[in-house]
Amino acid sequence: MSRLVKKHPRAVRWMHWINFPLLSIMIWSGLLIYWSYPAYRLGWGDTTVFKFFPTSFFQALSVPHRLAEGMAWHFVFMWLFAINGVLYVGYTIVSGEWRDLVPTRASFKDAILVTLHDLHLRKEAPPCEGKYNAAQRLAYFAIIVMGAGSLLTGLAIWRPTQASTFTTLLGGYQAARIEHFLLTIGYVAFFVVHVAQVIRAGWNNFRSMVTGYELVRTREEKPR
Amino acid sequence: MSDPTPPRPETDAPDDAEQRLSRMTRRAFLTGGGAALLGFGAWEWIRTRPNEAGVRWPLRNGLRFDENLSRAAFRDGKLAPTFAKDRVRPLKVNGNVGLGGSVDPSTWMMTVVGLAGASAPRTFSLADIQALPRVEMTTELKCIEGWSVVVTWAGARLSDFVARYGPQTDTAYVGLKTPDARYYVGLDHDSAMHPQTLLCYEMNGAPLTGPHGAPLRLVTPTKYGIKHLKRIGTLTFTNDRPADYWAERGYDWYAGH
Repeated sequence: MSRLVKKHPRAVRWMHWINFPLLSIMIWSGLLIYWSYPAYRLGWGDTTVFKFFPTSFFQALSVPHRLAEGMAWHFVFMWLFAINGVLYVGYTIVSGEWRDLVPTRASFKDAILVTLHDLHLRKEAPPCEGKYNAAQRLAYFAIIVMGAGSLLTGLAIWRPTQASTFTTLLGGYQAARIEHFLLTIGYVAFFVVHVAQVIRAGWNNFRSMVTGYELVRTREEKPR
Repeated sequence: MSDPTPPRPETDAPDDAEQRLSRMTRRAFLTGGGAALLGFGAWEWIRTRPNEAGVRWPLRNGLRFDENLSRAAFRDGKLAPTFAKDRVRPLKVNGNVGLGGSVDPSTWMMTVVGLAGASAPRTFSLADIQALPRVEMTTELKCIEGWSVVVTWAGARLSDFVARYGPQTDTAYVGLKTPDARYYVGLDHDSAMHPQTLLCYEMNGAPLTGPHGAPLRLVTPTKYGIKHLKRIGTLTFTNDRPADYWAERGYDWYAGH
């Protein structure tokens, strides 16, 4: 026998899925903007290990010469991204969902153990503290903090005079721009790992973000 | 002794929970699919709208919304941050529209249209501008492309110019054009009268060079570099929103920060 266990509230599911196209549009339009001054690279001195981004990458996504278009999309859809994010955080606070997201003291150590377990380097996984395991808890909490970070660094870049306090606090205009960029790279990294883990976790888990419920096998009753 | 109860035969009755979840999944995918279609429709709708000044009109409306919000917040006349002079770096030349041919600073004149109390356009020489209080400031010039550089500018405040030559002038906008009218920008009143908006004749301690807009250019650090018109030819005080070179090419008219 099995029973249905409520996992994700409706509001969380909607906001989760709505965030996907919104963030995609923000990253895409951000790329259109970034192209006109693609200053970042991994490397030191004259050695460049990786350039953000190779010309072929820009061309493959038809990014070049679309700065104005990118700015227009970015500065319109930022509102939707912000509203969705604020509603999400508000909801987690009001509903108590935050208890499953805010890391506890044990989360940091356990997250390492979970990761080792997932990489098949360790047999035992530490028990879940609530809905998520420690690694999920850290990752999902971090992604919310990153979202707030994107809004703040974005504000600092968008209005460096009117929000000059923020801009200065973040280390100045160019520093805020780098931070904004790094957060975006962080989203992409999160997305890759997130999708891989969701595939690994399987259909039942995925379905809980769609329906809200997870199917849990109940233990068969032992014959007397 | 016999077994107390015989094991019940395995029922192959469908698992109720499983079935309910299947139904919920189907329903959720239908709803989600509908929502996704709606979202995609909205995206396609925006993408296929006619352009207004180089950008899809719904996005242009969005930019205007941003502008209104910024202008409401701008009322306090907040100053752009200033920097120590050792942060100054060379400024590259990034635009030459409207700078064809050459201009002799000794014969150059700026035409000013719409000054209160003047029925005809008036002209001003560089000496007239230099007679106004000289203001020096070290601010960060931010190009709309994303790079920025700290520059020391010197010149006269546009607000001082107005106070001296047309104190009743209070139009909603100020427009500027190069002498050949090929490059042009518009400023809202508050930005134009901002204490850091300069009619600038010196850059990094030396008179402006030709490529940087000699003899007189606009410097307005609450805006992107695109508003810093080089080689001013005409200055117009008007209540009609002035045309703006880059705003006609899809950029935000306000271009302020």
